[in-house]
Order: sequence, then structure tokens, then C-alpha cells
Amino acid sequence: MNPFTPSAPAPFASAPGPTVRAVHDEFHGDLLEVSMGPQHPSTHGVFRMVATLDGEQLVKLKPVFGYLHRNHEKIAENTTYLGSMPYTDRLDYLCSMSTNWAYALAVEKLAGQAVPERAQYLRIIMAELTRLVNHSCLVGFLFNDLGTSFTPLLYAFREREKIIDLFEALSGSRMMCNYQRFGGCRVDPTPEWLAAAQQLVDNFPRFLDEYERMLTGNEIMLARTQGVGRLDATHAINAGITGPVLRASGVDYDLRKVDAYGFYAQFDFRVPLGAHGDTYDRYMMRILEMRESVKILQQAFKRLPAGPIMDPKAKLRGFRPKAGEAYGRLEGPKGELGFFLISDGSPNPYRYRVRPPSLINLTLLEEMCLGHTIADAVVILGSIDIVLGEVDR
Amino acid sequence: MSAASLTDSFLERAPLALRDWVVNFLPAPLQWLGHHLITIIAVLAVFGTFFAFTTIAERKLLARLQNRLGPNRSGLPWIKGLTLFGLSQPFADAIKTLTKEDIVPAAADKCLHFLAPVIVVAFSLMTFAVLPFGRHLIPVELDAALLYFFAAGAATELAIFMAGWSSRNKYSLLAAMRALAQLISYELPLILSVVPIVLVTSTLSTQGIVLAQGGWTFGFLPHWFVFTPWGFPGFIIFLVAALAESNRSPFDLPEAESELIAGHLTEYSGFKYALFFMAEYFGLTALSGLGVTLFLGGWQAPIAALQFIPSYAWFMLKLIGMLVFFIWIRGTLLRLRIDQLTRLAWQFLVPLALLNVGNAAFWILTSSWSGPLQLIRWAVSLAIIVIPFILLGRTLTAGYAPRAYRYAP
Repeated sequence: MNPFTPSAPAPFASAPGPTVRAVHDEFHGDLLEVSMGPQHPSTHGVFRMVATLDGEQLVKLKPVFGYLHRNHEKIAENTTYLGSMPYTDRLDYLCSMSTNWAYALAVEKLAGQAVPERAQYLRIIMAELTRLVNHSCLVGFLFNDLGTSFTPLLYAFREREKIIDLFEALSGSRMMCNYQRFGGCRVDPTPEWLAAAQQLVDNFPRFLDEYERMLTGNEIMLARTQGVGRLDATHAINAGITGPVLRASGVDYDLRKVDAYGFYAQFDFRVPLGAHGDTYDRYMMRILEMRESVKILQQAFKRLPAGPIMDPKAKLRGFRPKAGEAYGRLEGPKGELGFFLISDGSPNPYRYRVRPPSLINLTLLEEMCLGHTIADAVVILGSIDIVLGEVDR
Repeated sequence: MSAASLTDSFLERAPLALRDWVVNFLPAPLQWLGHHLITIIAVLAVFGTFFAFTTIAERKLLARLQNRLGPNRSGLPWIKGLTLFGLSQPFADAIKTLTKEDIVPAAADKCLHFLAPVIVVAFSLMTFAVLPFGRHLIPVELDAALLYFFAAGAATELAIFMAGWSSRNKYSLLAAMRALAQLISYELPLILSVVPIVLVTSTLSTQGIVLAQGGWTFGFLPHWFVFTPWGFPGFIIFLVAALAESNRSPFDLPEAESELIAGHLTEYSGFKYALFFMAEYFGLTALSGLGVTLFLGGWQAPIAALQFIPSYAWFMLKLIGMLVFFIWIRGTLLRLRIDQLTRLAWQFLVPLALLNVGNAAFWILTSSWSGPLQLIRWAVSLAIIVIPFILLGRTLTAGYAPRAYRYAP
């Protein structure tokens, strides 16, 4: 049975069973249609939700996006392969390192390009640091949506800034790192940088412990998030949802394990799984994944080999892959981040397509929100983790 | 020094002496008017300044709770390099809001839209009239002071509803609905938490309640109501309800910025916005002042030996303590959802407050018990409140618990 046909029963038993009634009703009063966004403090950018409210309860919710559309894919088809690399930074502007890597992965697959060992380790270090940046920002913003006056967010930003400073020291830019190249990385970190990064990673669990001690067990936090925005595994799989949102629903699907791209097969880490698929599980997935990322980073720092960071045969300028197509994907902090490329042998890709996890995770927003209140809708949106640069492209 | 000389010491009487001195310049038939006007001006001036410095204190304290510095740049005009830790920030804020354009939405009910900020400030200021700031300092000696306070305090919520309704904005309307739900839910525990005090002191006069809390055991254990088994739960219920009444986090639903943008303030700008802001702080200060008066001994000194410090200084110190507590709460807690908010009031605070009234009645009945019976009195009184607290608290958080997580095999 396809649950997305209109005749399917209301998908979520946990929701109090919303029934959309007529907008005008003599007895119950009118429904209220509120357009939340594109200018709204908690739609995380220029996202818009057209919400129909029965009192405080949502009976209909229509996500509207595209306000930040920049024609990313067409622009990439009109520029060289390397020329798109800095442009991928702007997709998910919190996680430029992973986005760079996903694009490099696709191009390397297209051109059959090898990557030296040290670069593979550096890529894992950068990707996991990016995961820490993304997840700590996310839990901070989630608490902001829950109504704290910025305190948890600023605690999270304190840690995030330290990592961002490292990125700046390495790549010259805080957020638009433009670090990965086809066949390696752009700059080799100095021993001092590595020592600083090592120290940061060693201290990171202390931040997580502090954060959890103050917030995870809080009764208001539990009451606001547990049982809110349930998403069951079947629906999540059918809608193509990936990343922590999918794992919170209990599906064991992590591309670092499934594809074992890069050198992830050599690392020892676990994939946390949720059981309820609600907002609390989605929050805890991020916290637990940060702990696993710290483990991966510590192993990577221990084993980081010496050697070149670029494959000597790699060609950046005048790069013309032979005709063909390739799909490169990795486990981004938000989910499966993929680039699909078709080459016709020219310096520009014939077709360039991004699979943005933010957009695809957003597709079930209405189903998750229905029957909850408008306050919950904001929290559910926050727990999905979207970046509008990636949703709208 | 004897107690009598302390109550009449120069510092204690100074504000009154100053007023009488000024009034004496007026012709006799106008003296009553001057008398009242000076009182009003003094309350406005003191609490207006107090409000200004509460805002900067709040911003600084919140900043410190959040790893920030807070405003620290604004100094004095034409003097470079003198920043005074940003202490002149409230004056800069005032000038900014005064010079901003006042925008009224085209579809708004212009009369109500204008009246709402005026009413909210007026009523929140009126509550100051019955607070005893010192041994001799109380603007109006009312026998039904408590009733007056709650009546004026509830009227401010009505102004919030007016603002939400007249703005012709959907967010404002939702905020207005929330404000009313919150008013109906929390006015009840707020008043019920005060009833035990009225029972015990058998007066509604605030000055009378403060006088009933005078005296010390062994000279250092003050007889404040917060140190009794019915006063402490009453104080906690009062604090929670006061947070809700003054729309402060975690009960700031009418202006929940992550959901309703600015709630009932969405369509207000410029000085009207500043008036709402001011009223919020006046309301908070007044409620804190009432809490100090009812539970924390008002202007009474905590230790007998410290009575030489004038009573109004003690009142202000306790008031600042309460405000710091409220700011701290704001920097810490998450917001409740509207159904959880009303549930907390009706299923937890109201039953507890009602039980607490019975608790106070028991306390009065057994007031003649002494010796070992005194211990039994304390134990029974505590049991009346602690056992329901635990049981009700369990039902409130039932079904919510931190979870253990599994990992993929």
C-alpha cells in the first residue's frame, strides 16, 4: 500500500486525529490561516509555512520554499568542474567541508581519480568536525525554538566558534572553506593546527556533558519534545528521508557504514538508533552522534599518516573527464548528500544534480505536524534540521 | 538603642520629613493635594529610574549567563573613553524608542490600539500604590489593599488582550487568546497562594501583613511567612503564578518570539512599544514587591542587629533579589506549551494552593500547641503539603522520562 495516495488513512496514530473542517463554521468559529514566513524568527531562513489553525491546533500545513533559489545547478552546468567547488560551499553553508567532499567524491568517481591516504584522513577529520559544528548549532537552535532566551544557543555557538576558527586557520574562510579538491585536499594542516584540533576534540565531550546535564533531563524539555512530531520508519523510508531523522525512527542506515566511502571502514564507531521517531529522539540522535564523531576524530588524529595530500596525477586545470555519469554520495550531517554528474567530455558537466537532504527530509513536515499545536510545528521544523541554501539551491 | 528610637531614627523618617517640609510652603487648603502629588511623583521617579536600571541589569545578567558581555559601550555624550560599564544604555534606548516612527496598521482599531499601551502602564503603576516600601512609606493606606492590588494587576492582562485584538494581526490575535487563557488560569493560584496569609494575619492591609512578620527568635530567625510550613509552599506557588502573570519566561507565551514573532507587540513600534516594555517591568517589579511584602517580611530587617539600616533599603534589597531571581529564570528555562501551561495551573498549582489554605487553617487551629506538640504541628503541616506535592508532581510528569538508546549492531 502506498501511504501517500490520497485515499490512505491518516498516517500517524500518535496525532490526535485532525479533521479538516470548513473554514467557515457557524458553531465552532472560523479556522485561522497564518502565513508563517518567509520573514519569521524561527523558520531558519526564508522558509514559509502556510498553517491553518483550529484554535492553536494545526489542521493543515503547506510548506512553501524557493525564496532562496539561486539556480545553483544550471550555473554549475555552465562552469568548469573546479569552478563549482567553491559554489558548493553555499549549498549548506554550515557544512561546507562535507558538501565539498560529496562533490569531490562524485567527480573522482566520474574521472576514476585516486586519493592519497593522508587526504582521506584529513577529509574524515574535516567531515566529522563539520558534523560537530552542524549538530551543536542544531541543538542550540532547537532550544531556541523551544523558547529559551538564547542561552543554550550561545553555549553551542561557543564550541562552534572554536571549530570555525580552526577552519579559518586552515582554509582562510570560516564557513566557505572550499577545501576539497579532486584527488586530495587544498592545504596541509601544520602540526600546530593538528595539536589545536586534537585539544578541541579532547575537550568536546565536556561540553556535551555540560549541555546534557543542563538540558536533556529538563522536565519542560521532555514534555515539549517527547511524543511530538512522530515519524514512523515506513513513512520515513518511503519519503526517502535520511540522516539522523531517519535513524531517530529506528532505521539503521548510515552511509558511513553502508557505503564505507573514504576510509570509514577502518574506523570504530557506532550508529545510534531511536525507537520513537519523535522530536526528542531526533535531538538525542544528534547528541549521541556528536559523541561518536569525537571517537572517530580521536582515532583519525592518532593514525593520521604522513605523505602527500594531492594525488600527483590529479589535474585541476583543464580537467576534462571522459564521457559518462557518476553519483557520489556521503553521510552529511543532515542526511544523504549526493551529487549526480553527467559528463560529455567537455570542461563543464552536461548535467549536474544535487540531492539535498534538507529538502527531502522536509517533505513529510505536514504529516509530522498535523494535530499538534503551532508551537510544536516550530519545534518539529527545528528538529528536522534544514538549511535554506540547500533546500532552495 | 531601643526599638522605639530605631523606628523613629532620622534616616527612617527622612523621606517623610522632606515631604512635609515641601508641603508646608503651600497654602493650607492645597496641602492635601501637594501631599498626594509628591507621593505620586516620588513613586514615578523612583520606579521609573529603577525600571531603567532593571533593563540594563537584565541585559548584563543575561549576557553573563550566556558567555557574553552585554551592553558596555554607551557612555556620556561628548566625553570620549568614559563608558561607565554601559550604564547609560537605558537612556540611549529611551531616546531611540522616542525618536522612532509610530506605525499603526491601516486595518487596526486605532482607538484601542492607542489605548492599550496607556492602560497597561496606568494599571501596572497603580499597583504600586498599596506596597509598603518602608516603615512609614506607603502611598495609600488601604484596608483592602490586597484586593485592590489583584484587581489592578488583572486589568493589565485585559490591556494585552486589547492590544492583540486591535492590531488586526493574526499573531497578535493568537497572543491575545493566549494571554486570556493564561490570565484565567494563573490569577487563581496567585490569589489562592495569598489566602493563607490573610487567614493567619486576618487583615487585607499590606502594612498590617508586614507588621505581623516582625520580630525574631533568638534575634536572628525572622518571623517571615516564608519560613513557615504553609508560607514556603505559598511563596513557591506565588512565584510561579507571578512569572505567568507578568508573562515572563517560561510562561512568556503571549509574546513567544519563536512562534508568534512578538505576539501582541507585533504591530507596535516606537514609544508605544516602549510603554508595553515598561509596563512589563513595572508589573514584574510590583509583583516582586508584593512577594517581598507578603512572604519575605516586607521592609523588616533579616537580623535584629541590622535594624539600623532604614527599612526602605531592606525593601529595595529584597526587591532586587527577587528581580535577579526572575532574570535568572529567564536565562535558564524553556517555554511551556499552552496546554501544558493551563494543565500546570489547574492540575497542580490550584489543588496545591487550596490544600495550602487548609494547611494555614490547621496552623491557626494549633497555634496554642507548644513543646513536643510543636514538632507534631510542623510534621503534620509539612505532610499536608509535601505528600500531595509529590503525588501531583508525578501525575504531571507521567510518561516523560529520559530514554536509553540502542546502537546499530
